[in-house]
Amino acid sequence: MKRRFRRENWLIALPVIALLLWTVVYPNAAVIAGSFENGLGHWREFAASPADREALWTTLIISVASVFASLAIGVPLAFLLGRFEFPGRRLLRAVATLPAALPPLVGVIAFLFLYGESGVITRVVQRAFGMAEAPWRLKGVGAIVFVHAYTMYVYVFLFVSAGLERFDATLDEAASGLGASTWQRLRRVTLPLLMPAVAGSMLLVFMNALGSFSAPYVFGGGLRVLSTQILASKTNGAMGLAYVETTVLALSAVAGLALFRWLDRKRRYTLASKGGRGRRIIRSRRIQILMSVASAVIVIALVLPHLMVILVSFARDGVWTTQVLPPEYTLENYRRLFSESELWRPITNSVSMALIATTGNLVVCFIAAYLIVFRRFAGRGLLELLVALPWAIPATAIALGLAATFNRNDLLSGRILLVGTFWILPLAYFIRDIPLVASAVESSLRQMDASLEDAARGLGASWLMTMRRVILPAARPGLVAGGLLAAVTAVGEFVASVVLYTHANRPISMEILAQLRALAFGTAAAYSVLLILLVLLMTLAARSVEERLA
Amino acid sequence: MTLALHGVTRRFGEFTAVDNLSVEVGPGELLALVGASGSGKTTTLRIAAGYEVPDAGTVTLGGNDITRVAPERRGFGMVFQHYALFPHMPVEENVAFGLEARGVSKEARLEKARAALASVGLDGAGSRAIQSLSGGEQQRVALARALVIEPRALLLDEPLSNLDPTLRQAMRDDLRAMLRRVGVPALFVTHDQEDAFAIADRIALLKKGKLLQSGTPEELYHAPASREVAAFIGRGSIVPAVDKGATATVTIGGVVRDLSVTRPNGAPPRVEEAYVLLRPDALELSRGAGVFAWRGRVTNRRFAGGVVVYRVQLADGVSVDVESQSGDAREDENVSVSPLKGPFPLVPA
Repeated sequence: MKRRFRRENWLIALPVIALLLWTVVYPNAAVIAGSFENGLGHWREFAASPADREALWTTLIISVASVFASLAIGVPLAFLLGRFEFPGRRLLRAVATLPAALPPLVGVIAFLFLYGESGVITRVVQRAFGMAEAPWRLKGVGAIVFVHAYTMYVYVFLFVSAGLERFDATLDEAASGLGASTWQRLRRVTLPLLMPAVAGSMLLVFMNALGSFSAPYVFGGGLRVLSTQILASKTNGAMGLAYVETTVLALSAVAGLALFRWLDRKRRYTLASKGGRGRRIIRSRRIQILMSVASAVIVIALVLPHLMVILVSFARDGVWTTQVLPPEYTLENYRRLFSESELWRPITNSVSMALIATTGNLVVCFIAAYLIVFRRFAGRGLLELLVALPWAIPATAIALGLAATFNRNDLLSGRILLVGTFWILPLAYFIRDIPLVASAVESSLRQMDASLEDAARGLGASWLMTMRRVILPAARPGLVAGGLLAAVTAVGEFVASVVLYTHANRPISMEILAQLRALAFGTAAAYSVLLILLVLLMTLAARSVEERLA
Repeated sequence: MTLALHGVTRRFGEFTAVDNLSVEVGPGELLALVGASGSGKTTTLRIAAGYEVPDAGTVTLGGNDITRVAPERRGFGMVFQHYALFPHMPVEENVAFGLEARGVSKEARLEKARAALASVGLDGAGSRAIQSLSGGEQQRVALARALVIEPRALLLDEPLSNLDPTLRQAMRDDLRAMLRRVGVPALFVTHDQEDAFAIADRIALLKKGKLLQSGTPEELYHAPASREVAAFIGRGSIVPAVDKGATATVTIGGVVRDLSVTRPNGAPPRVEEAYVLLRPDALELSRGAGVFAWRGRVTNRRFAGGVVVYRVQLADGVSVDVESQSGDAREDENVSVSPLKGPFPLVPA
């Protein structure tokens, strides 16, 4: 019995492990090997280049600053919404996660329309104070961190909110019964217990900021960060240097990951709630008004980027120059998207590539998650690592690895030509979304009682029947949720696309960038609105699938 | 100092959790709040602790009104049902937390914490992690944490409910001994009347937020004030009877027996709708048909160590539990049951 099981494990596991080794490990190994192709030559070149040193430091500074900026917004907001009841709370809660729904590049251009040199807010302030020039420039580290904080605070907010929800209210009561003041309880009990959630979200923000591409690319000005340096080196044909930069970026990510693991090493407890505590109702009239005003301001700040993109999508291209708001409105932008085949092309490209990548994710990640959760075999640890690995590697690095590996047909060394073809982008999207889908399916499967599989087999069900009737239904919520997330990220993907796209398979994000460069703001915004609608449509589709199956 | 609740009421929306309740606990006294879940006993404890402010009524300590004093300024020691130990602190930091909040220096508070741990039988456990403790150890750490602040009153929420049965027996005795030693009013909540009997000096029985009866365990056992009290205390069958003052008659299957009864405090001289409580140890079982006995059939036989407890189905839909030393009657056997000499508790409806 045991023996048969062992053979079966390997029969299922080997193809998956081989696929992951080939698509995830091999390209990155190729990048590292490539960085040493002439000994330490490329590394010396990197170390000697002031631009690269500046890029490394700027990347780290931006990442750390983004973490603290996100904390500064996310933690207080989570406490405010989690612990207090006040007029406007529901609305604020509803829009608090809105920034995460903006595809990365769309968020960036929304900020450009709002706070850029010719942005609406900038001009309003400029007019109001009668200044000759724009009161600020949306450039450099500050601008990048500003955008990061807006889109990434959501991680902190969600993690800390979940932590507060799981927080065992009796711990707080116990502390107060023992004589601890509000401040003592916060410092000694609440915050230390929320640390795992805070640390987890800090890591997430750090990794995202480290690999962030769109904000530095659009707002960087002369500023260099590693991800943009990689693309610049690749474009200039300095592949050796690009390999070194990619290796350094990936190493920074791994180092960050290791640092957080180490900081979090001592915690072994989990928060298990027996019913969290209710929200405190604010009764003071004055504080109520203050809070309503504050939450109204926050709500406006959060929805403004979305509204701005929608507004600009109706603006006639080329006439918005020095006015505060676009002067002329038209449906022309949308009409052109739907009628001109060249403009429609990126939309079908993005949708079909996202569907292919997501289908691949669902199949591979289901098998991997099943093996990880239910089977004990020697390769299980390796499989877990492989599935998590793409998460630790910034997207630019993944993309460059693919560019370095699948650039020619050489079956003996495991290379096939994908670069320049349609297939390279779906592959990149697939790799990026492996950890997302796998962890969603894993957590669904972990909620299933492991003995159910044994029970099904004990009742005489074949392996296939057990899969179909027992395991698959248990994995379904994870498959739907993970598949949705994967499809949503893939359809708006920008970072890997900018490295690997060709004109024929250009996705929506690249077209937005191209339109932006041509100063066709209206068209770029129309694409962005379409992208947001696509995300919305997918979410609704996933919800109806889940409801129909449940 | 006496801890007292006077006419306390607490509503949650439409639901009245505690309804005009008054209880008192003297110094060194152990009062158990007993009731089924939803009876308001935990809310009552939380009002005493200051986590809930009553909608009506007052809480006093030594005559001073503390109804609106915040929990952190009451100086009470509380043991929570799931102990509420801080998972991110080792044992001694947990125990020393209350002293830390009072600004006691680090050495002094750790020394006191270790002494408190020793007093609950956990010497040398100070540096252990909370997660490594067994349920019983966690319970004692929680107790040490409540005791080390030299509380003005002790409040315990289901202190034994998370322990396994053997440990529970042992902890009842320990707990009673420790609480008596501290000499402050102690109020504890339990749904288990055996815990209450074993530990408390007095018991207050609650139902739907109202006080059904309060008194010593003996009073509740021997003179339950109502059918509900008798049913909650358990052990025995409640059988309709005709109250005749010093005696009551019970008729089952046409066989009439006149039983001497004890009447609960404050009961009227004649109770209209009366019952008597027939405890298993106040009944006698004999095989076959006795002359003046109630006849019935054994439906269940259970060995209870030393004695055998029979469930006997009598006439008129009455069924009783009977303890028997011999235990030679079998299931499905026809037997007869007669009352031993009383007095039997008379229970008003």
